[in-house]
Amino acid sequence: MNGAESTILAEQFDNIEQQHEADKLGMWIFLATEVMFFGGLFLAYTVYRFTYGHVFAQASRHLSDICGGTNTAVLLLSSLSMALAVRAAELGRQKQLVRLLLATAVFGIVFMAIKGFEYHKDYVDHLVPALNFEWDGPDRGNAEIFFWIYFAMTGLHAIHVTVGIVILLVMAFLGKRGKFARNYMPIEVAGLYWHFVDIVWVFLFPLLYLAGHR
Amino acid sequence: MQTTLSPGAYVKVFAALLILLAVTWSVGYVDLGAFNMIFALAIAVSKALLIMLLFMHVRTSSQIIRLAAGAGVAWLLILITLALTDYMTRS
Repeated sequence: MNGAESTILAEQFDNIEQQHEADKLGMWIFLATEVMFFGGLFLAYTVYRFTYGHVFAQASRHLSDICGGTNTAVLLLSSLSMALAVRAAELGRQKQLVRLLLATAVFGIVFMAIKGFEYHKDYVDHLVPALNFEWDGPDRGNAEIFFWIYFAMTGLHAIHVTVGIVILLVMAFLGKRGKFARNYMPIEVAGLYWHFVDIVWVFLFPLLYLAGHR
Repeated sequence: MQTTLSPGAYVKVFAALLILLAVTWSVGYVDLGAFNMIFALAIAVSKALLIMLLFMHVRTSSQIIRLAAGAGVAWLLILITLALTDYMTRS
């Protein structure tokens, strides 16, 4: 063990590779619990989609695929800048790291702004269950279930994006003070979380917005 | 050992993801019956794989990390499959 390593190596690990491996493994196990967390909602969606497919298709057409599709592109772009941020961190380029973390946070904020605009549009269109839900035609109750699931899934996802933005801003603040010069693992692990949130949306977009062909 | 890829590689992954998004969005405007959902899910799985393997470095990760990454997905499939064996066989 050399001097530089000893200052960042926790005593329970043999070497820095083992420590990095443990850091990443911990995050992946947390992400597995997140898959289970979202999994219940995906199961609810699957069962109701299977049972009330026709109404789900109709209800889905009331959502704005322009908002949903644009937001998919925004999140994919944010994943690109996050991947580049992790690269900058690994190569020890602190200024570049801070800029890329801030860019990723800005893309996350753009996503939330579009999502907020869309929620407002849903409210104006009387699509919010329990608040102002209106439905022309039969199967009102089953259509309302679609919007319950829509708000639950996108809402839970939006909470995750918000948490991600806060993490990115904190990381940018710490990065500016050179906190990751010797150990970039916090950035790697934050990146795993951000990409996971992106993957969830990759599934939400076709399931919610393209459930019925337009 | 460097684990992250070159900027060019990341940009290529991003371009592939955008193309897949364009395909899934366009197919959403065509009536293919049940195949709409099958096609959309196939593309979503492809996008998720690109993100996991290349953005999240699963491709170059150790076996134990691949196992942890696969475990969540495996249990989700068990959850959905077993629940559907009930709902799909109710008369």
